[in-house]
Amino acid sequence: MPQTGKHSGERVIAPGHDLATITDKITSIVLKRETPRGWYLGLAVCLVFCAMLLTSVVKLLAEGTGIWGVNIPVGWGFAIINFVWWIGIGHAGTLISAILLLFRQEWRTSINRFAEAMTIFAVMCAGIFPLLHVGRPWLAYWLLPYPNTMALWPQFRSPLLWDVFAVSTYATVSLLFWYVGLIPDFATLRDRARSKPFKIAYGMLSLGWRGAARHWERYETAYLLLAGLATPLVVSVHTVVSLDFAVGIIPGWHATIMPPYFVAGAIYSGFAMVMTLAIPLRVVFGLQDFITMRHLQNMAKIILATGLIVAYGYLMEAFFAWYSANPYEGAMMKGRMTGPYGWAYWLLILCNGLTPQLLWLKRVRTSTLALFGICLVVNVGMWLERFVIVVTSLSRDFLPSSWHHYAGTRWDWMLYLGTIGLFGALVFLFIRFLPMISIFEMRTLVPHGDETAEEAG
Amino acid sequence: MRKRPKSGDSFGVLAEFRDSDHLLEAIETCKQAGYRHMEAYTPLPVHEVWEALGHESHLPKLVLAGGITGAVVGFGMQYFASVVHYPLNVGGRPLNSWPSFVVITFEMTILFAALTAVFGMLLLNGLPRPHHPVFDVAEFELASRNRFFLLIPWYDPIYERDHASRLFERHEPLSLNEVFHP
Repeated sequence: MPQTGKHSGERVIAPGHDLATITDKITSIVLKRETPRGWYLGLAVCLVFCAMLLTSVVKLLAEGTGIWGVNIPVGWGFAIINFVWWIGIGHAGTLISAILLLFRQEWRTSINRFAEAMTIFAVMCAGIFPLLHVGRPWLAYWLLPYPNTMALWPQFRSPLLWDVFAVSTYATVSLLFWYVGLIPDFATLRDRARSKPFKIAYGMLSLGWRGAARHWERYETAYLLLAGLATPLVVSVHTVVSLDFAVGIIPGWHATIMPPYFVAGAIYSGFAMVMTLAIPLRVVFGLQDFITMRHLQNMAKIILATGLIVAYGYLMEAFFAWYSANPYEGAMMKGRMTGPYGWAYWLLILCNGLTPQLLWLKRVRTSTLALFGICLVVNVGMWLERFVIVVTSLSRDFLPSSWHHYAGTRWDWMLYLGTIGLFGALVFLFIRFLPMISIFEMRTLVPHGDETAEEAG
Repeated sequence: MRKRPKSGDSFGVLAEFRDSDHLLEAIETCKQAGYRHMEAYTPLPVHEVWEALGHESHLPKLVLAGGITGAVVGFGMQYFASVVHYPLNVGGRPLNSWPSFVVITFEMTILFAALTAVFGMLLLNGLPRPHHPVFDVAEFELASRNRFFLLIPWYDPIYERDHASRLFERHEPLSLNEVFHP
């Protein structure tokens, strides 16, 4: 029997599982298990935040972006900070599902499904901000090239338009990748579901999948090709987001280090979010067999590695401000460290530069509580990073007479917290109605057969 | 040419096996007996099975074509807009400023290729198809759990129900069923 699921180190799947137990265990979460009371509570809390999101959107549409803290020279503010933060979080999902698949990292299998779901939900939250920030969201379709009576085209030379294409392609491809991965699992749920409405719903979603060998072959080809396409795509998305900054001539933005530094930061924050979700989920749903300590340790190592790249980015920003001998760069850096937003900068260094260094210790990497805490700190740190980049550069313009202190208003905060609620609500719905672990991919980790059938057959 | 099947006619014979090794042996036996149009159903992708059935996918070529189309459409759109339809002179710089068109060309390449991969896969697989005769066999719901199935369908030129069943019986199937046209 092939023992592909085992490694010399720790296991990616606990011993004693076969095709049947994997299928039953994962489907039972959706079909049989009683919904934990915590689920209702969690969803309710998230829905309250969703209501807050709706309120602030309605208020914004009624009164305009004046209710936000943005004003010239700080024209970007929370909308762009939150957009970049959410998009970055999404990146880990694609990285886990596509890049680790191509590198044949088997341990990815039990975490890729909900990491992909997280990607899609994060991109949905991200999309809200630029859409509202354009001021008249009902005219947002002007961003797309479409035949119109004004005979106008969007400006193809602008990074902001590149962003429209990059993010919408990313959202589409992530959704396709996720759905394609779900098709065989929908078929499994269809065959296991006992109540008629669920049977019909999962049956429709499965598109009539029946596991024919010819279908599997094309399926696997399509899945690998999608992974191959998503890999450069995910790198391009945050690169293009960073070009929104780097192509401008604002001190602190106009730097070649922005793309790699943004991509590393995206992976870093994304893995932190995956862990933030995975650690409670595996306890609540008893998934320690599938999401083992090996998974958590591996993710912790990726957070440490990308965290070092991000820290290198901070160091280089400061170095180039000095080495370039550009007075505006120098003034910006000095202002960033010692100006009115100095607290944010040093908090950011604490969150992203120092805290992840704890992950060098094995004792920390194997403690779920410590990992959970570090991941929360990382999420805060990455938000601060975007805050520092966006706000410190803009608030101190080239002309001291136009300097302006920026702070988010209560509507800014409500919108931001509201998207966290939306994200949470979508995650809660996802874990209740869809298999949060890819069943058919987990099957490939155990021997291909039914050992219990020996006596039956 | 066989006559068009009616409802209730035999669709084929479906055998259930406990693992992929039994399935592969059964495929080999049926191949030696002269069957050409077999279909196997497995709960997970098994390379050996589709290799044994002798199938090769054309999907990669389609996806390549999709990607190239995306690149041409992406660049062509920007070229047309910037050079032909709405030329905008920015400080005397060239209208065909291709370096700034690279990003969108790239994104369109990925988008078209990905859409081709997904919809091409579904189309070639004949999906969505909510119902298929094999779903009428009660045991078939285990095909999405832990059992491996092999079908010899009616359109195989030498299909004969009893002969196919006898071949299957040599490989200790867990169940053996005739499938009917709905």
